[in-house]
Amino acid sequence: MALKRQVRVGNQWMYARDAWRTLEEARRVTLEEERLQQQHELPFIRKYVFSTDHKVIGLQYGFTALCFLLLGFCLMILMRLQLGWPGQAFSVMKLIGAMRAPGGVLLPEAYNQLGAMHGTIMIFLGIVPLAVGAFGNYLVPLQIGAPDMAFPKLNMASYWCYFVGGVIMLSSFFYSGGTANSGWTSYPPLSDIATHGQTFWLCGMVFLITSSLLGSVNFLVTIIQLRAKGMTLMRFPFFVWAQFVTSFLLLLAFPPLEAAAVLQMMDRLAGTSFFLPSGLVVSGQVLPNAGGGNPLLWQHLFWFLAHPEVYVLILPAMGIIAEIIANNTRKPLWGYRSMVGAVIFLGFMSFVVWAHHMFLTGMGTVISAFFQTTTMIISIPSVIVLSALFISLWGGSIRFNTPMLFALAFLPMFGIGGLTGLPLGLATADLHLHDTYYVIGHFHYVVAPGTIFAMFAGVYYWFPKISGRRLNEFWGKVHFWISLVCINGIFFPMFMQGLAGVSRRLYDGGIQYAHAKAIAEQTNPFMSVCAIGLLCAQVPFLINFFYNAILALLGRRNEIANQNPWQATTLEWAATTSPPLGHGNFEVIPVVYRGPYEYSLPDSATDWTPQNQESVEPALPPGGGMLPEVAVAQREM
Amino acid sequence: MDAHAHAIDAGHDHGGHHELEIPFNVAPRPDTGVYNAKLGVWLFLASEVMLFGALFSSLILLRTGAAHWPVGKDTLHVLPATINTFVLILSSVTVVLAWANLRLGDLKMGRIFIGVTLLCGLIFMLIKAYEYNLSFSHEHFPKTNNFFAIYFTMTGLHGLHVLGGMIVFAYFLTFGSKMWKTEPARFTNRIEVVGLYWHFVDLVWIFLFPTLYLL
Amino acid sequence: MREFLNQWMPIDASAHGHQVDDLIVLTHWLMAVLFVVWGAYFLFCLYRFNAKRHPRADYIGARTHVSTYGELGVAVVEVVLLAGLSIPAWYKWTHLPQKDKNPIEIHVVAEQFAWNIHYPGPDGVFGRSDPKLMSSTNPLGLDPKDPNAKDDIVTLNNLHLPVNRAAVIHVTSKDVIHSFKLPVMRSEQDAIPGMDVPIHFTPIKTNDNGDRWEIACAQLCGLGHYRMRGQLFVHGAAEFDKWMKSAPTAFATQ
Ligand code: HEA
Ligand code: HEA
Ligand code: CUA
Ligand SMILES: [Cu+2]
Repeated sequence: MALKRQVRVGNQWMYARDAWRTLEEARRVTLEEERLQQQHELPFIRKYVFSTDHKVIGLQYGFTALCFLLLGFCLMILMRLQLGWPGQAFSVMKLIGAMRAPGGVLLPEAYNQLGAMHGTIMIFLGIVPLAVGAFGNYLVPLQIGAPDMAFPKLNMASYWCYFVGGVIMLSSFFYSGGTANSGWTSYPPLSDIATHGQTFWLCGMVFLITSSLLGSVNFLVTIIQLRAKGMTLMRFPFFVWAQFVTSFLLLLAFPPLEAAAVLQMMDRLAGTSFFLPSGLVVSGQVLPNAGGGNPLLWQHLFWFLAHPEVYVLILPAMGIIAEIIANNTRKPLWGYRSMVGAVIFLGFMSFVVWAHHMFLTGMGTVISAFFQTTTMIISIPSVIVLSALFISLWGGSIRFNTPMLFALAFLPMFGIGGLTGLPLGLATADLHLHDTYYVIGHFHYVVAPGTIFAMFAGVYYWFPKISGRRLNEFWGKVHFWISLVCINGIFFPMFMQGLAGVSRRLYDGGIQYAHAKAIAEQTNPFMSVCAIGLLCAQVPFLINFFYNAILALLGRRNEIANQNPWQATTLEWAATTSPPLGHGNFEVIPVVYRGPYEYSLPDSATDWTPQNQESVEPALPPGGGMLPEVAVAQREM
Repeated sequence: MDAHAHAIDAGHDHGGHHELEIPFNVAPRPDTGVYNAKLGVWLFLASEVMLFGALFSSLILLRTGAAHWPVGKDTLHVLPATINTFVLILSSVTVVLAWANLRLGDLKMGRIFIGVTLLCGLIFMLIKAYEYNLSFSHEHFPKTNNFFAIYFTMTGLHGLHVLGGMIVFAYFLTFGSKMWKTEPARFTNRIEVVGLYWHFVDLVWIFLFPTLYLL
Repeated sequence: MREFLNQWMPIDASAHGHQVDDLIVLTHWLMAVLFVVWGAYFLFCLYRFNAKRHPRADYIGARTHVSTYGELGVAVVEVVLLAGLSIPAWYKWTHLPQKDKNPIEIHVVAEQFAWNIHYPGPDGVFGRSDPKLMSSTNPLGLDPKDPNAKDDIVTLNNLHLPVNRAAVIHVTSKDVIHSFKLPVMRSEQDAIPGMDVPIHFTPIKTNDNGDRWEIACAQLCGLGHYRMRGQLFVHGAAEFDKWMKSAPTAFATQ
């Protein structure tokens, strides 16, 4: 129907049927623009600061988010010092000011501030912007053969909302009352009566939520509308699918938190009592509020977001891992279709499990049975994805480069994290484990050696794409092995602590409690030493990263980082240069002829057949243009 | 800058520097049948549904848990709110008329109807302000009780949405309408998209009105 | 597995605790099996399909559907854990014992950062309390005019229970959310202001021998969260009565 419609608009005729021609035109314009851009550079500020190019925005997101990750980690180092050696003075503590750590001894209220900010920064300012804002932004248009995101200006607005949100969060460190201190979950009434840092937190969250909403609309439209010719849904790289589902989660799960934030803001600023029941007595004073509210309302709204949110943290990571595993086993992903089905199902299910965080709020049998069941059901798609990735290894020809090492380690690490989610999902077992370090261990295994490792894998894998230089392999491996050992040293003992019943968010790690003293004293110093070791392990990474980034900025490539150093089949490698062209991405928008992972096709001369290559035979891909000898030489590495 | 503005067809030039043309910005994509912004606004509205859905759920939860819940009829001002309902419904009609006229290539009528829509928004806001004032003069504040708390929060948030729509209409009435000269189809699309948003804002009010004022 | 996990778990002194522990143990069996099987397979793949040993990959790869059965297996075990253990145990947990079991009823009112423990006293009726009357000497705001309140016993942070008798504990809070956790009783309940949630358990061991059992606060409740702890004493019936008699009543000091 749409095909036949002719519409006269003003003095222009629009033929819907000619839409593909528009695409052609866009290509020509792109080329034209390339030429022009070389002659007339955009001013610096439009090109690098208020850019609308998804690649620049992706890099802005990435750099900002990595800095936040490091900051979140540094806050945690201070907390780990206190946990490992409670009450001792450390000179680094003085960095956060005498009012938080007089004489270098951290105060309990400051511990709570650091904890809330660690969680918030890691999740909302670190991983989500890195996984979605940076990797998604940079790669999705390239992988589907689009000249940019559908709404470039919105994309820019999304980054700057994130930036402002981050600045607001950080500015609360300089506010005399301190930052938010009610945990990243901000449960009222505690958060309603907390210092103004909580207001900063809420304002910051409103900006971050807005940023995510703008971003997710943009991703969805881009993926649906801007696919190149031939890029059918089942030819999407798995990463694109992961981003697609993630965007839906962000789109639909964040608004309830926005609503909750508005309500909490009203409670704090306008004196309402949405979350305050009648008759509260705080430090001997009856609160003046009218009362009649319900503290559990917040928890429902919060977890309605926050459970989908945890899948936002893991899905892009799974996407990255899938790309890297397919590439470095030199074979297609096993069970691609069931993986796609699984993540879509996961997306739907993640909206109906939220109350498994609230089993101990006094939940009856029926409701708890419902949420336990959905929680068990949602573990199945994760099992499917992980099994498919494991089975993909079978029959492969596995190259152990740095990105692959991180990707391989992801599998058992996510496995541990996911498996320990099971006892938490059974309400009766949660009775003992809720709010203990078992929970902390569970989710850190998924987000730290899980997601963070996936992020590292992605950085090592796509660095040559972005910069034209490859990161040093030796230092990459040093980074990997030390990180792997240390990170397990931090998080594994948490399960023992959790089984012993040690509560989380304890300023002294639990040494005052009879049931916790022994295990806390045995393990906490060791865990803290491992945390410091993990911090040290990042030094080679930072040097590797900045050294190569600076050289790349100076225009120095290294030979290995050819167009396509990993001999990958997906469009971002096969159809563009490294680093990609400026705004517009492709010299010619590619046409897609095959699935994303056509590695080791039986009839092919090479072991990789790019998505945009029409026939199997020619050994040379159009975009890559690499000599066969180089290709062979590289395989040896 | 100037040199390159000459180099290309003015149709691709917005505001001094050259921008990349995104496919399906104006014409619908054949296999999905929509153009980008239309899909975008539908997705955005889906998230708005979740936002107001969360607030409505909160309202229900608070109300069922409350020992005493004032009846809107007795404490709010039904007459101005009823007028407001009609004002908004009218504006939903005029925004469609604006779009239809633009489709027919009639910028003048299109602008008149955009103007009427904007005016309706303004009237709505003025009446709302009057109503707030009445409530305040009766010592009814958000902190008075949870009924007023949720009333002010939801209508306030809705008012912000109306304000947002008004700003966009004002822009299209003034600077934004320049686009008509170069890309009439795109301009028409923009009115369609903001119109969809406006219908949604209208719809939210149509839910708010009975829930807060009548039930 | 049980012995393995028991290395860390606190002793279990409650009648229902073994259900919690059984479930934890069985779930860990499931986890261990999955981990070991997949782990062994994983290491084998890394060895066998190393590019050096296996230079050209196989386009199709694995041809079996063992994994589907594996996934089905996981699902089945999960159903068993859920329907066989967790849900029935939760049902018991959320259904209070009948009155004829003669449970002892206690109110626990949390505040920043202490546990107020309120016994009805010999008359078995809790006195009326009112937030407006709360003060440092009357933390629960008991109404001195209410005759039922006269014999009530209020302790700070010390919970005394008789062994082998069901205890029903109403958990609530005066200010923010806390969480009333008794690790040795495998019991926990969030203390939520505005809500009064009864939980129940039956202690089957005493700590008259001097073991220190504690009440932990498991929910972040402010800067003193880490030190908000109370003690749990489970006495033999005789000792418990002795303690009851010696405990000061709510207004004894006034
Ligand atoms: C990325 C983040 C992420 C992910 C993916 C998950 C995944 C899961 N989570 Fe987790 N969770 C969190 C982040 C995450 N969680 C966070 C942040 C919290 C705490 C919030 C707070 O309170 O602050 C939390 C808390 C939390 C709770 C609440 C605990 C409590 O407070 O008492 C529960 C309870 O049901 C739960 C369950 C689950 C389940 C069943 C899964 C399942 O989806 C897992 C499914 C995966 C598997 C079952 C693994 C399958 C693996 C194999 C089959 C192979 C194994 C092989 C080898 C290991 C070699 N989680
Ligand atoms: C995505 C989420 C995420 C991540 C990645 C982490 C990572 C880590 N977390 Fe965090 N944590 C949370 C989310 C996260 N955490 C949350 C939500 C809580 C609960 C908060 C609450 O109670 O409210 C919590 C609580 C929490 C606690 C419990 C505190 C308590 O209950 O009192 C502990 C204790 O050890 C801890 C430790 C760590 C450690 C050691 C890491 C390490 O793994 C960190 C590793 C980090 C890196 C390795 C940095 C990598 C970055 C770089 C190297 C930068 C490179 C930069 C450039 C190139 C520019 N975390
Ligand atoms: Cu009370 Cu934590
Ligand atoms: Cu969850």
